[in-house]
Parts: sequence; C-alpha cells; structure tokens
Amino acid sequence: MDQSKIRNFSIIAHIDHGKSTLADRILELTDSVELREMEDQLLDNMDIERERGITIKARAVRLRYHADDGEDYVFNLIDTPGHVDFNYEVSRSLVACEGAILIVDASQGIEAQTLANTYLAIENDLEVVPVINKIDLPSADPDRACNEVENIIGIPAMDAPRISAKMGTNIKEVLERIVTDIPAPKGDDSAPLKALIFDSYYDQYKGVIIYCRVKDGHIKVGDTIRLMATGAEFQTVEIGYMGAKDLVPMGELHAGDVGYIAASIKDIGDTRVGDTVTNADNPCSEALPGYKKVNPMVYCGIYPADGAKYGDLRDALEKLVLNDASLSFEPETSVALGFGFRCGFLGLLHMEIIQERLEREYNLDLVTTAPSVTYKVTLTSGEEVTIYNPTNYPDTGLISSAAEPVVNAHIYTPSDYVGNIMELCQDRRGTFKDMKYIDTNRVDLHYILPLNEIVYDFFDALKSKTKGYASFDYEMKGYEPSKLVKLDVLLNGEPVDALSFIVHEEKAYARARRLVEKLKENIPRQLFEVPVQAAIGGKIIARETIKALRKDVLAKCYGGDITRKKKLLEKQKEGKKRMRQLGSVAVPQEAFMSVLKLDD
Amino acid sequence: MTGLYIHVPFCARKCPYCDFYSLRFSRSAVDGFTEAAVRNIQSFKGRNIAADTVYFGGGTPSLLSCEQVSAILDAVRDCFELSDAEITLEANPCTADFDKLCGYRRAGVNRLSFGVQSADDSELLKLGRLHNSERAQRAVEDAVKAGFENISCDLMLGTPGQTRQSLKNSVDTLTRLPIQHISAYMLRIEQGTPYDNEKIRNDIVDDELVSQMYLDTVEKLGASGFEQYEISNFAKAGFESRHNMKYWTGEDYIGIGPSAHSLFGARRYFCPSDLESFLSEPVQQSVTEDDDPDRLEEYVMLGLRLTKGISLQRLTELGVSDLSGFDKMTRLLEKAGLCVAQGDSVRLTPQGFLVSNAVIAELISSL
Repeated sequence: MDQSKIRNFSIIAHIDHGKSTLADRILELTDSVELREMEDQLLDNMDIERERGITIKARAVRLRYHADDGEDYVFNLIDTPGHVDFNYEVSRSLVACEGAILIVDASQGIEAQTLANTYLAIENDLEVVPVINKIDLPSADPDRACNEVENIIGIPAMDAPRISAKMGTNIKEVLERIVTDIPAPKGDDSAPLKALIFDSYYDQYKGVIIYCRVKDGHIKVGDTIRLMATGAEFQTVEIGYMGAKDLVPMGELHAGDVGYIAASIKDIGDTRVGDTVTNADNPCSEALPGYKKVNPMVYCGIYPADGAKYGDLRDALEKLVLNDASLSFEPETSVALGFGFRCGFLGLLHMEIIQERLEREYNLDLVTTAPSVTYKVTLTSGEEVTIYNPTNYPDTGLISSAAEPVVNAHIYTPSDYVGNIMELCQDRRGTFKDMKYIDTNRVDLHYILPLNEIVYDFFDALKSKTKGYASFDYEMKGYEPSKLVKLDVLLNGEPVDALSFIVHEEKAYARARRLVEKLKENIPRQLFEVPVQAAIGGKIIARETIKALRKDVLAKCYGGDITRKKKLLEKQKEGKKRMRQLGSVAVPQEAFMSVLKLDD
Repeated sequence: MTGLYIHVPFCARKCPYCDFYSLRFSRSAVDGFTEAAVRNIQSFKGRNIAADTVYFGGGTPSLLSCEQVSAILDAVRDCFELSDAEITLEANPCTADFDKLCGYRRAGVNRLSFGVQSADDSELLKLGRLHNSERAQRAVEDAVKAGFENISCDLMLGTPGQTRQSLKNSVDTLTRLPIQHISAYMLRIEQGTPYDNEKIRNDIVDDELVSQMYLDTVEKLGASGFEQYEISNFAKAGFESRHNMKYWTGEDYIGIGPSAHSLFGARRYFCPSDLESFLSEPVQQSVTEDDDPDRLEEYVMLGLRLTKGISLQRLTELGVSDLSGFDKMTRLLEKAGLCVAQGDSVRLTPQGFLVSNAVIAELISSL
C-alpha cells in the first residue's frame, strides 16, 4: 500500500457530542459494514459502553474509501473516549495518528473536554479538522460554534463541515476532508521495524493480540519481533488489520499501517502499551518515546466477596491491566475483608467501569471500599510517607504535617449557573482563581479543588446544580498542606478497617453523622443490638444503634411438612453468605459502599 | 413408634389466609376420598408396623361422616399394630354437632382439635371463619359431653384488627374452657392467598406488637396451667400432642392423602397435592423429598422448637467433634436473652423463639 493513500485519524469530542455516531456513519459510507450488520455504535463493543452510551477503550478499524479524486484510500480510524477519566486513552490513540476530527456540538459549543482533547491533539502535532455536528437540532447555532472554535482554540472553522451524524447529513464532506486535510504518514519502509503498541488484549486462542502503528519498516508473518521494553522475543504467527467486526489476516504490515500482530504471547506482562516493537534480526537503534506513565488519582480496595476467589480476581486484574495500563493494583489485606487488592484508577468513572468489567466479564462478586486519594504525611520524626490506604494513616500524635492532592479545575457553564457552581465549589473547599467569558453568556470558571472533594460525586452534583449544562475538566496541580483527620468506624465496639476514611477536619463531624446513619440503614437487624460509632483518634463523635431483630417467621409447621422450615433456614444461610462476618456482626456488601453515597 | 397422618383436603369454605391443600367439599368426592384412604392404608398391611398415633388433619376432617371416620380407623387397626393410640381429629366448630361428636368418639377418636382462632366475633369475621365465639364454646362443651377428655383449641396471633386486650380476652376465654391443649400461631400472609394484598398488610399487627402479643400469650397460658412445650404449643401436664411431638423429635410418621408428608425408613417423601391421582391410582405415587436427611441439621432445627431444647451429648453422637464455635455462639445468644444453656441442654427462651429462624441458622452455622 502506497503510504500517500493512507490516512490515520482519531475523532475527538466532548462526551455526548456524537463521536461514536459519526464513527458509525463513516463505517456505513465506506461500506465497511453491511447495512444489515449495522448496530448502533458499532465500535463500542463492550456491553457497558453501549448501555452507558460512552466509549471507554480506544478501538481501531480499517476502512476503504473511494474519494472524489478518483483514488482509493485506506482510512485507519482510532476511536477515543471522551470522559475526563480517560484522557490517557485519548493520548495513546493520538500518538498513532496524523490527524484528528474535532466534533463540536452545534447547540452546546465548546465544552471542557473539547478543549482538553484538542490540546492533547495539538501537543501530539496532529492536524485538527473541526466538524460541527447536530445541525438538525432546533437549538443548533453552527455559526456560534464555529466562532467559539476560532476564538477559543484558534483554528479556522468557518468552512468546517456542518453535519448531522444522526441523520447522516453531509458525512461525505467529512470523508473528503480526511483525504485533503489530514497528512499521509511519512515512514521509511526500508528502515528497521519500529512500531508503537497502542493497545492489546488477551485472546484465549491466539494469546496476546498487539494493536500497533508501524512508524518505520515492515513486518511479515514468521519474522521474529522484539518488544523493546522487556527484550522479550517472539515469532509472529498472524498479522493483519482490524476490520469493522473481525480481525483480517494479511500477512504483513508496512510503514504507515495500523494493524495487529499475534505471536503466541502467553505472558501478558511481556507486552506493554506504549512499548516499541522491532525486528529481532534487524533492530532499530532506539525505541519510540512511548507514553508518559499516568499516575492513578483514586484508590480503593477491591476484595472478592468469596475469599476463595482471590486467585480469580488477581488473574482478572492482570488481564485488564494489559489493555488498560492506567489501572494499577497491589495486594493488600484487611482485617474485615481478608485478602484483596488496593487498586489505582484515573478517576471515579474509571473505577466504576473496572468494577463492572470485573463483575461482568470475569463473573466475580466484589466488595469495594470507599475511594480515596493519596496523602503525603510528614511524621514528627521527619520521615515522609505516602498514604494509599486510609487504614495506614498514622496516629495524629505522630504527624507533623499532612498534604492532600489538589487539582486545577475548569468548569464551562452558561453564566446563569455561576452562583450555584460557586456555592458548590465553596462547599467542596475550592479556591476561586478566575472567571473568563467564552462568549456573551458562557463562562469558564477556574477553581483549585482538593481531589478528595471531587472523587465521590462532584460531577453528579455539578450536573444537578446546572441542569446538566456545565462541563468539567481537571488536571493535577500538586499537593497542598491540609488539616486532615482519619475517621474510624466501630461496629459493636470493634473498629472496621475497611470503613475508615480520611476527611478534612471541618467536615469530619457532618460526614461521621451521615456515615453512621447510612450504615444503620444498610446493616440489617441482628440478633443483638449493634452500636455503630464513628471516632477520631479514639474519641466517639457520632453514634447510631441498630436495634435487635424482634421476630422472624413463626409459621405453622403443618402435617409434618418441614420443607417450609428448611427453606427458611436455607434462605437464612444464603443471606448470611452474602454478608461479611465482622466479629459478631454480619455486614452486607452494600454497607461497604454506603460510604460512597453520603450525599444522597 | 410410627404416627399416621391422614390429610382430608376438603373445606366448606376456604379461609382467606390459608394456603394448605384443600378443595370445595362435595359428598361424592368425600366418599371417593374415604375409599382411596382405605386403599392407601391397606398398602401397608402385612408389614407389622407399630403405630401409636393417628391424626386427621386438613382441610376440615369434621366434614367426614362418623361412618367414614370409622371405616378409615378400621382399616388402620387392620393394617397397623395400633396400641394405646392417641387419635386426633381436627374439627371446625360449625361442622361438629353433638351427635357427630358422639359418633367420632364411638369410632375411636379420643382427641379433638378445634379451629377456634379467636374469641372475638369481629376478628373471626375478618378471618372469614364460619363460626362465632359462642358456637365455638358450645362445640367444646358438646365434645366434653360426648366423652372427650383431651381437647385442643387453635388460637391465632396478629390477625387483622387484633389488639393486646382482645387477644388477652381470647386467651382468658380459652383457658376457662374444659380443654387441655392450646396451639397459638402467628398469622402469616402466604403468597397467592386472598390475604396477600396491601389492605390486609396494612391492617395486620406490626412486628413489634405481635412479638409482645406472643410474649403475653406465653406468660398468660403458663400462669393458667398451660405449659409451653413447643414454639406454638401449650398443654396441661401430660396432654402434649403425642402425634405432633413425632415431628419435632425425628420419629417416623406416615402421611396418607394428597399433600401429606412422611418420614419413614430414614427417607422424607410426600404425596402430590393432587386429589385426582389419589382417587384414581390404586396407591398414590409418592415423591421423594430427601432420601438422606441431614440428621444433625434436622435435630438442631426441630429440637430447638421444643422448650426442652437440644442435648450436647446428642450433638456429639451425631458427629460433632468440636463444640467450641457452638459454645461461643450459645454464650452470645444467652447474653442477648435468646437462649439458655444449662448442663447438657441448650434451649431457646420465648424471646429466642420469636427469632428462631435466625438463631437456628446461627447455631447450625457454628457447628
């Protein structure tokens, strides 16, 4: 394939601006999928993605397009997620491309992730092609959207295609722009092989499947590849490209191509996303720069509901981490929950998605502890420690100072809601930095916010205070000193490590109050009265009491029919199984999550 | 020794809270039932099974004529080695007049169990019962006149509209009658019954009050000489139901009739709830429920329903080698006032009976 006929591109957009729908239309117009095979959001092939209407993982597909210039082109479309948690995935995809289509919703204009993703594309030297979508909406104002693109991002947009991905309007214009505006790759096909791994997953039959972008050189079946980060070598057994529905074997890949390699790789630890693949017999001299390692922002403990499934959980996490390098995990133990893992995530949505994937794809029942950020504590001894798990937070007496992570947050909102948002940010201990008008009635509010105030439910609160109009993006700013305390929870007088969390001292009392109330709601009555207490450093600051169970069913046991009794007994035992026995108290899994939902 | 249970699946009118197997009464169906009962009893002939209790349950067994009861009992005497037997018949106060009671007595019935349920007429009306309190008291008096010296009455707790005071009145009325046994059950809304609706659920007594009612009843019956011997059963000394005791102590019993359950030959089985097959098949095909009952679990589950409780010695005999978890749980439960451990025995208190499902599940899990 002549490189000048290849176009490698991504589509970037704020969430819900129509990225996956445009991808579907492009797939249709390039005849990549028979129409009868067409399902909405074809690229979103995880159940969770379709249900939530979001794209989580980057995905790639090769398309063939017959352009107006009479030539046939190969398009490699790499889909990207739009949510703030997955910026990392976006940047991974972008490195494999020469250009990006930037979708802007004609009625919403530029939103927080529009900017964040565009900046990522520009940082990666990509040609950005703006497209104005949803022109069919009654509230569409394409001119205003174009103006915003020109004024805020600073790229020409007045002649940007104005389309409706949903109705299929003007999609052809987008395809022509891909041909004319996005540069062809310029690799050296005769140089030593240099290919970037941008994704991978484990296939039961073929082993690890590497998705890669060949920058220089070429590769064919039978070649021995070397993965430069680990030095591991494998003989390739299948090479090809990603069709809309299946992998299509081709035997070789050349400079500029996007495709896959299977080399009977069994150990998922050998392949790292961001690593460079080269030819073992004719290696390149240095690896591609690869990816910046992303640091997880949010941690939580994940435990198997059934302790015997610890090994299964570990296997599942190992497989997930293969195509989600942003996930991290370390074994940990909890007095309450036994053996499990402390897992790090990019954000709360990322955490939810991983939990859901573990439960659905790996059929695991999980108990998850409340999410927490990492704290840096200086001890009176002068030693500095980083706290990943609230349980390990040192005694107040040993702490000389503590710091918590803060973020630079930008909130884009119609100006009507500025008051509401300021109130929310103040409540979340935010520091106002500035406010800029994007146009006459939309503003960009800039706040510094403690990360631990936004990991729980900030996004939901923001949505509800702005009728869904505000959008939000943040980046780590660093650590700032803070007055933090560790809140312990005691059931029947016994501390439950898995329920501890760290909170700003001003908020401790209110949180403790809500927490004990929530636990009381979530823990069923026991045979004994159970006090639920919250304490800071041994001092009880809130208490509720779960009353003892009064009666269960005293049914007539008739005519020697003891089956009903047996069924009740089985039900009791089944119920007990879903509980965690903490001392004399049986605690349902939901109780561990109740800490998450204190603001309901 | 074995007990015999005969399920008579007919009622003149079905009570709206009941989900036991019972059909509309008709003369011809009861005739057919009697013949089939005799046939099924005869299938045990020649096996020299010794029996000492017979129990006619239902349904409404008092819809059987004296001759029908007599025919069934003749078959029992013919096919089982019956000695010194307690022979109970459940009777509806409305369908048992003096003559009929005399006939039952002559046929060999020596114990009656009346479905009195309440001494409050408005409560009886809500329960859909055919009798009023006065009719029930007269039935008991007639039974005494007919020569019965062992009479039981059923009492329900937590029925729609019941109060602590009305229940106290019902208990007073019952304890003043010349009876020896009282069964006190809590009303339970069974799925699919006419009572399974929002209105009734709102009208019945809440958990807290019905628990108090139960404790009141236990205390009051005890004070009147009706000692509790099982979760729901109370008797004057020596008048505990020998038949029902077999259920709690793991003795054998054979059930005859649709929906009747059996424990016989170390196997639990039941006859399908299907009158048609009972009438048409020479001997109704039974269905195995459990051909290897867990003796330990059953011992704990059933034994703890009795006020005498279970024996640690027996647990050891049934294969428990380590009682430390059980002891620990027992101590916790004892501290909460739910059980009493004394020497070799562990028994539930009335408070413990109220939460017996949970307590039993805990104790079994601790073994």
